[in-house]
Amino acid sequence: MLIKTKFLLYSAGAAALLTLTQCFYTDKQNEGEQLYTQYCANCHMDDGSGLRNLIPPLAGADYLENHRDDLACIIRHGQTGNIVVNGKNYNQGMPGFEHLNAGQITNILNYVQTNFGNNNPRFSIQEVEKQLFKCRHLLEQ
Amino acid sequence: MKRNKRGTFLPALLLGLAALSWQACSQEQSTGTGTLPYLGERQLVQREVDGQQVTDTVYHRIPDFAFIDQDSQVVTSLTVQDKVYVTDFFFTTCPTICPKMKSQMIRIYEAFADDPRVMLLSHTIDPKHDTVAVLRDYADRLQVDSNKWRFVTGEKDSIYSIAMQYMVSAMEDEEEPGGFVHSGAFVLVDQNRHVRGIYDGTDPAQVDRLIRDIPALLPKKKKKDADKN
Repeated sequence: MLIKTKFLLYSAGAAALLTLTQCFYTDKQNEGEQLYTQYCANCHMDDGSGLRNLIPPLAGADYLENHRDDLACIIRHGQTGNIVVNGKNYNQGMPGFEHLNAGQITNILNYVQTNFGNNNPRFSIQEVEKQLFKCRHLLEQ
Repeated sequence: MKRNKRGTFLPALLLGLAALSWQACSQEQSTGTGTLPYLGERQLVQREVDGQQVTDTVYHRIPDFAFIDQDSQVVTSLTVQDKVYVTDFFFTTCPTICPKMKSQMIRIYEAFADDPRVMLLSHTIDPKHDTVAVLRDYADRLQVDSNKWRFVTGEKDSIYSIAMQYMVSAMEDEEEPGGFVHSGAFVLVDQNRHVRGIYDGTDPAQVDRLIRDIPALLPKKKKKDADKN
């Protein structure tokens, strides 16, 4: 009986600790992943592999390096027309997500830059804000 | 006069349907259809056999249809005759669930690539944008064979009404991303156009089950050979 109560207490304590650390740590750390799952994974897939010749991959994509300065604006305003990724042509339009703020876009970009086998330099929020400033005219009136 | 005609037509149609379904049932039994249910509304039809009243169950059946595929070929009910097929509703510019559905449909395509008894049929719900040329490009980019996987377009009303027959929701909605709302369902249809399963095409586990369910609808090779003799 006593052991049972003790066990219960311990597990309650552990659960409380877990929840607390999640508040301070996991949520922020994982915001990029959560937003990726919500806004990007439908097309680019959970593992960043894309879809055959229809949707370009993010995993190992040279585009992330060659077009680093355009990435924030692409997430916010989308993209149309032909693009070349790893030597292949893709021509499927990408919708923009204009409600995402600079912090959220930074988190998405950093998730993409450091996952799926990618090992590209991270973005600072200042860099993202600078990029977004360049394409501010695209914001819907 | 007109009413009279109709009065004889309806029972005749029902009788025909009853006969068909009875034939279908007996056929399916002999080819070893597993335990997949028949989905949709069913009707009980009374008929007389040797002076006794017999009740038949008429299962929901996909009506005849005619659409155009990515090769400008006409795809009708005859195209899927004697085939087990999986069907879905999508549009090429869909920013939400469609690419995931297509990546899962590719798994089915690959699992049955060498089995001509299985077909895939994807309907666009945005025929205004998704012309034959657009569908052609889409299929090419997915690198799939048109004989196996048909992407079809047609009259908007016919597409939306056939979606209802497959028990799939599809409609225009300006509020939705991309302008359409539709379910991500994969519908499994047997050789007699009866719906035998509805699966979530965005859920890999459900698609696993679909891939396992399909062989239950396929006649066993041995029996097929026996039928030939």
